[in-house]
Parts: sequence; C-alpha cells; structure tokens
Amino acid sequence: MKVGIPREIGLGERRVAATPETTRRLILLGFEVVIEAGAGELASFQDADYEAAGASIAPDAASVWSGVDVVLKVRPPEAIEGGGHEVELLREGAALICFVWPSKNPELLAMLSTRKATVLAMDQIPRITRAQKMDALSSMANIAGYRAVIEAASFFGRFFTGQMTAAGKVPPAKVLVIGAGVAGLAAIGAARSLGAIVRAFDTRPGVKEQIESMGAEFLDLDFEEDAAGEGGYAKEMSPAFIAAEMALFAEQARDVDIIITTALIPGRPAPVLITPEMVESMRKGSVIVDLAAENGGNCALTQPGKVQAHRGVTIIGYVDLPSRLAPTASQLYGANLCHMLADMGGAKAWHIDMEDEVVRGALIMKDGEITWPPPRREKPAEPAAQPRSPSSRPGARPASVRPAPKAADHHAAPRVAVPAWPLLTAACAIAAASHFAPSGFVAHLTVFVLACFVGWQVVWNVTPALHTPLMSVTNAVSGIILIGGMLKVSGPIGHPATIIAAVAILLAAINVAGGFLVTQRMLKMFIRSDGDKGGH
Amino acid sequence: MSSGLVTGLYLVAGILFIRSLGGLSRQDTAQRGNLYGMIGMVLAVLGTAAIITGGHAVMMGALVGGGVVGAVLAQRVAMTSMPELVAILHSFVGLAAVLVGFAAYLSPDAHLTGAEKIIHEVEIFLGVLVGAVTFTGSVVAFGKLRGSISSKPLLLPARHLVNATMIAVSALLLVPFVQGPGTSGLWALGVMTAIASVLGVHLVMAIGGADMPVVVSLLNSYSGWAAAAAGFMLQNDLLIITGALVGSSGAILSIIMCRAMNRSILSVVFGGFGTAEGAAPAAGAKPSGDVKSTDVAGVAKLLLEAKSVIVVPGYGMAVAQAQHPLYEVATLLRKRGTTMRFAIHPVAGRLPGHMNVLLAEAKVPYDIVLEMDEINQDFPATDVVLVIGANDIVNPSAQDDVSSPIYGMPVLEVWKAKTTIVTKRGMAAGYAGIDNPLFFHERTQMLFGDAKKSVDGILGALKAELG
Repeated sequence: MKVGIPREIGLGERRVAATPETTRRLILLGFEVVIEAGAGELASFQDADYEAAGASIAPDAASVWSGVDVVLKVRPPEAIEGGGHEVELLREGAALICFVWPSKNPELLAMLSTRKATVLAMDQIPRITRAQKMDALSSMANIAGYRAVIEAASFFGRFFTGQMTAAGKVPPAKVLVIGAGVAGLAAIGAARSLGAIVRAFDTRPGVKEQIESMGAEFLDLDFEEDAAGEGGYAKEMSPAFIAAEMALFAEQARDVDIIITTALIPGRPAPVLITPEMVESMRKGSVIVDLAAENGGNCALTQPGKVQAHRGVTIIGYVDLPSRLAPTASQLYGANLCHMLADMGGAKAWHIDMEDEVVRGALIMKDGEITWPPPRREKPAEPAAQPRSPSSRPGARPASVRPAPKAADHHAAPRVAVPAWPLLTAACAIAAASHFAPSGFVAHLTVFVLACFVGWQVVWNVTPALHTPLMSVTNAVSGIILIGGMLKVSGPIGHPATIIAAVAILLAAINVAGGFLVTQRMLKMFIRSDGDKGGH
Repeated sequence: MSSGLVTGLYLVAGILFIRSLGGLSRQDTAQRGNLYGMIGMVLAVLGTAAIITGGHAVMMGALVGGGVVGAVLAQRVAMTSMPELVAILHSFVGLAAVLVGFAAYLSPDAHLTGAEKIIHEVEIFLGVLVGAVTFTGSVVAFGKLRGSISSKPLLLPARHLVNATMIAVSALLLVPFVQGPGTSGLWALGVMTAIASVLGVHLVMAIGGADMPVVVSLLNSYSGWAAAAAGFMLQNDLLIITGALVGSSGAILSIIMCRAMNRSILSVVFGGFGTAEGAAPAAGAKPSGDVKSTDVAGVAKLLLEAKSVIVVPGYGMAVAQAQHPLYEVATLLRKRGTTMRFAIHPVAGRLPGHMNVLLAEAKVPYDIVLEMDEINQDFPATDVVLVIGANDIVNPSAQDDVSSPIYGMPVLEVWKAKTTIVTKRGMAAGYAGIDNPLFFHERTQMLFGDAKKSVDGILGALKAELG
C-alpha cells in the first residue's frame, strides 16, 4: 500500500504530515511512502532526508494525490492557486487522513463525496484513553500554548524572570493564563520555566490541582458553579458567574503584564473575556496573546491572524501558532498519524473497522458516503462515572492529566450513611421477638444490634494501611469466645461438657495471645519518615 | 464477687474493645488501640473467672497452655505468612465456637423449659453452624494460602444447588434437635456439624487465589458472628458485643475488598468468579505490539534521571521477599532528592493491607505509602513507575476494554507515567487470566526475572553508578 504526503499549500502553512522519522515508522508499518518534492522544506526537512529514510520523491502534487491509496495531510484540502482543487487530484476511492473540521466545511464534504473518498478527520478522534496517542488536537494545542509564551516574550520589553543585578533589581513578569486545557497548561509550564509569576483561571474547579502542579497559582472565584460539561468540555456559565469572572479579570488586568487566553466552548464563538476597558487598564508594554483568535477571540480587540497595538498594549491574534513551530508540530502530528495507521492495521491488515470506537469516531466518509456525525455509542455501565480524558480545544486539559477517579473513593460514602433498611429490619425483628420471646432474649438482641451499629461506625474509619493489623486484632478480640468456654468449664472434671469447654478455652487462648502479640509486632514496624514511631 | 461488679467489668471491657478498633484508624494511635484490646481481654477473663463456681485449675491450665502456644506463633511468624496465620487463627475461633456450643448443650446445669429452651437450642444450633463453617472454611483458606491446596477454584457442577441443599438439610435438622428431650438431640447437632463442615470446605474451595483478601475478611466476619451466637446461647452480653464488633469489622473489610475488585459480595461468597457465568475471559481483542525488555542497568539509569518515582508492589513482591532491597533502593533515591512513593491497591496481596505490613517490616516509612485514590492522579506527573510483581491491578483494560472480565475494576493508572517498568517472571497472564495491554504499551519496559533478583540487581547497578 502506498501513502502519499503532498506539500501543504495553505497560506503560511509550514507543517508537513510526515517527517523523515515518521516516514521510517510508516515504512516499518509496511507502507510505501511517496513525498512531494519540497513538502518538508518549510519545516526544515530536505527531500534527501526523506529519501534516506526510505521514501520516494514525487515531482509534483498531482502524482502524489493520484498515485497513492492513502493521502496524509495537515490542513483540509484547499483550492489550488491558479485553478483547480486538491480534492480533484484525489484518486477515486482513495483514503484521506487530515484535519477536516466537517461542521465548518460542508462543501468540502460534498466534493470529497464525488471522489468516492474514505475520509478520516484527525479533529474528530474521540477523546478516550486508548486514542491519546493519536490525539492531534492535543499535540497541536500543546505547541500553541508554548509558542504563545514565546510570542509574548518577544513582544514584551522586559525579562520574564526577576533578577538582582549589580545595576539594580528587575522585577519578574506576571502572567495570567485563562483556560487550563492542554494549551493553557503548556503556556503555564513555558511561562514558569522562563521565570515568570504565573496565575491561571478556569471555570472548572476540578483543574485546580493540575494548575498548581504546573507551578501556577489558581485564581479562586468565590462562586459555586462547576463548568465541567459533557465529556469534560467547559460549558457556558450563568450570568452571575460571568459577572464575577469578569470582575476578577478586570482586577487582574491592572496587575499582570501578560495575558494568555485559551477559552473555548465547543460549537460556539469564543466567549469575550477581555473587554477594551480591561486592555486600556493594563500597563503600557503589556502583551495579550489570544489563542481563541480563530473562533472570534477572547479579547474584544483581537484581529485574527494579526498583531496590533492598542494604547501601548500589544494584542497577538496569530492563528497559526503550531505552524510557527513547524518541525516539532510536524513530528508530533506525523507521529499521531503513524499511531492512527497502526491502529487501522498497518499496510498488511489495513481495514476500516466500524466497531473500533476510535476509527468510527474519526471516520467522516466511507467510499463517498458521509458517516458523520457517528452514532452515539451506548457505554455499558461506565465504571463509577470517571471523567475520562476530557478536553476542549485549546481550552482543553491534557488527556493525560485527570482528576482522581471518584470510583476509588471507597470509604467516603458508607461512613456517613448506614442504609436504612438493616436498621428497620432490626427494629421489626426486635418488636416481633418481644411478642413471644423471653425478655432476656430481647435485651440481648438489642445489645447485639447496637454493637453491630457501633462496629460499623468505628471500622469504616480504619485506614486501609492498617487493615492487616485490624484483622489480627479483631481476631484476638474474637478469642473472647474463651469466656464461653470458661462459663462451661465449671462442671465435674471428666464430664464431656467440661472437657470440650477446656479445649475451647485452649484454642481461644491461642487466638488471644497470638492475635494481640502479632498485632503489636506489626504495629511497631510502622514508622514515619522522620523516624517517629507510631503510638506513644 | 457480686454480679453487678462483673457486669461493670464487662462494660469496661466492651468499651475498651470499641476503643481498640477505633485506635486502629490511624497509625499513631494504633499501638494504644492494641493495648486497650489487651486490657479489655484481661478484665473480661478476670470478671468471668470470678463468677464461675469451679474448674479454675482446668481453666488456668488451658489458658496458660493456649497463651504460650499463641505467643510462640506470634513471635515466629514471618510477615509474608501473615495471611496464613490469620486464617488459622480464624479456624480456632470457629472450632472454639463449635465446642462451646456442644458444651452448652451437654452442660449439666441447663434447666430451661418452654420458649426459653427452644430459643436456647436454636442459638446453640446457629452458633455451631456458623462456627463449623468458619472452622473448615478457614482451614481450607489456610491450605490455599500456604499453597498446600491448589489456589485454583474448585467448581463442582450445580454447586449452588449443592450449597442450597446442605443449608436446607441443616435447617430441617433443627426440628428433631429442638424436639428431642434432654440431650437426645445430640445426633442431629452432630449431623448438622458434619454438613456445615463440608459446606465450609466447599464454599472456600470454590474461591480462587486472588480472591483470598475477601475470603479471609469474610471468615473474619463469620468468626465474629460465631462468637456473638455463643453470647446469645450463654446469655453473655460481652460475647455478643465483641462478636458483633468483629462481625461488622469483617463485613466492612469484605465490602471494601469487593468494591476494589468491582464485584458483588455474593459472587465472591458463592465463588467461581470469572470462570463460568458471565463473559468468558479473553473474549476481547488480544493486545498486540512489541514488548520492550530492559535490563537492571537501564532501569538504574532511568531511576537516577527521574525526579519522581512511584513503586507499585503486588503479590509477586511478597512471594519473592523483594521488599528489603526495595527499601534500600528507595532510601538511596530519597537521599538524592528523588520523590519516592509507594502506591497500594486495596486488593494487592492476599490479605487486606498485606503490602503495607510488608513495607513496614522493611522499614519503609508509612507516610510515603499511599492508597490508590490518594495517588492515582499523580501518575501523569511521575517520571518512572516501578511495578513489582503486580498484574491485574495495573491493567488498563479495566478502564477502556468493555469486553474485559475486569472492566470497571478500579486500577492504578500506571500507564500514564512517563515510563513504566514492569518486573515479571514471564509473559504469563495474571490471576484473572487475561492479557495486560500495559506490557505492550509504548512507554512500558519489561524487566524479566524474579522480583527479588531484579530489585537486587537494580540496587547493585544504582550503587555502581553512584560509586
């Protein structure tokens, strides 16, 4: 099977769908690789490097598009300068894998359909654990976040890090990151490693830990509303929440030097979070980088694709940040593609598996038939509602950083609530027993139920680390049965009851001594790292 | 001594037992808790000795004899053998409950009539039943844990029917037992004891090796109920209270263990997990891909470069006794400033909390030994995860393979770390008999060999690197 990588023709696009390294991996998967001459030029990869990796070089776009079974691309197919369209070059019935954005490009789908194409959209890969290695959106968002900081630094007239020099003190820059998805977290990391003071905000309180783990301060909004929408994407918030949020941003704008916004809500224009007044309240020389520029921008003044100054504040609205880091972006995207192709069987077992959740999610057209959007899949019994690999674009959290699954939180709930029915049953049983049983029995039954209840309450508090000592101590305590033996041992020696009771005492005494002593031995071993022994 | 004073002593003993269990909720109060338990027991024995009318000599002999045997056992047992010790001690309680039941029935001083006699005898019957099941069940569990009985589940055809029949016959025997005047119902009690013993054997035989944490805690629970039943037959509140405490404690442990395996308690009680009913294992796609193997030098290099390391021990660590060299590895890395922690899955090992005890024995400080839900979110930010002799508890299929038999079981998400090293003897499947895609994961490296030798090797390589 042949895969072909044409040169990207989009204006300013520097990325390419394969690097020499990913070419080698494609060949290992059994594919023949054809690269259009000059495809990697702008990403600093030479044709000779591809040839050295085992690819063959095709002289022009037409021979790549029409000569292969699978076309790998970065951007959706576009009109060719000077007439024609890339789709027209595609061989009938061939497969195409690239970013497609099907909801924005209905005409493109119609054109592809006439070529009887099979199309997999890298932007539609479902966000599940298994698909992380193919998640091109996260790869690109990560790069965008890093690049946003670099762009900001190049327009910002000061150091990011604070310094004490012989000539005096330089204060560190303060950076505010709005939206802690993949891009936001990457921006936090990059700004932190340049030495800036970083603060971050997200409408989903669950990402606080992730923000803090990256070394930024999480800005708390004193307001109860969780924005974790379906699949972990952020959802639109209530007006009251937005008002509180805007007040926070206005206050921060006066204080920080750099604002990086990454807030997106799927299927909607980007929310406007930075008003012209906030921009004007910022210090001269400050920089805003708007990663949502392509979707309208988080800042009211952003002009997509452009850099402009507004009263001394630079507003960067680049929409091609990943392309500005073309070698790395190409490498990561190419690797995502390799994983995708490997998942589909490589060259030898190539097939479109409609049962495969990942392939089915990405597949938007099969042999010219539009298959998008995919049918909703019924998930059988989601294991205790773990949020799985949630994210939104740039406003997405990295698929690998997830809140702790609540499923594992096994002794939280029952500790509080004893289910009502056992208590009711017990009460009924006692009431019934008191009718025909002697009163002594009822009293014992009451004691029994109360003791069960106390045990239930006490034991839930035991830390799991001490479960083994708990077992051995309860074991020793259950040796209390020796009292039973004692109560029956007083008969004449030689009477069967007495002998049996004595044996019972003997056994139970083994338990009592063994249980307590071995527990003591175990507990003495539990020491803290500061050398403090437990329990004094 | 007046019976009022004895009641007071019993009350104090009961409270001390409750405080004893309460003390175990934290490491720093646990030893005090154990002490409370001992004092409670001494008070209970003294109080009881004061009210009985004779047989003090026999009693003392049995107490001292048993005490000495118990003390010797406690001193000698290796920490890796804790599961066996716990199981065998459960069997003693079970047997003692059976014996107390018989003694109560045969005892010459019982002169009850009417409803009281019936209730008394029903109590004896129940106590002996639970005691016998506990006794033989624990003996089988002991055998399975020692390895002298195969840890494979024994699955007879129609085993649920067999169990139901045994329970039904036992229930029917209650009628002649209660109706027989004097001690003439002894035969019924004896037959029932035999049936209950077989039932105990059968119940535990049907349960597989990795379910042992649940079984041991269930038997713990049964031994408590047996003691409580003895309390009813002897009209002794202290026995009732203590039995109920132990019974609920064991029940809670069983519930925690079952949750950790995403299993209903009934499926464990009646055995045969993952073998017959439900989907056949390995129905899902076989994980494929390359297995990358590494050597101790490579692992040592990775560990030296890592800023944070998490160790995930499993039963394999216990079998190989690898905890001691592991402690030295941890100490070495901690001195270099590496963040070093241990992650414990609730069902790792063969006893609830088994791994914690082994690590404590190796002097690993307990504040770097964390539970699954404390540490699971930290894996993505971790450089190296060292999986020592664990398999099913780190299987990603539990989260993303709907067809997997362990789908839905909470697992340690080790595959999210930057690098995961798995020590393993070979590529065999874990207890659940299913493949583990972790081994084929692109960021996983396999270190084949015995866990102890591997960890020793890593330690040697680390020392060599550090000079």
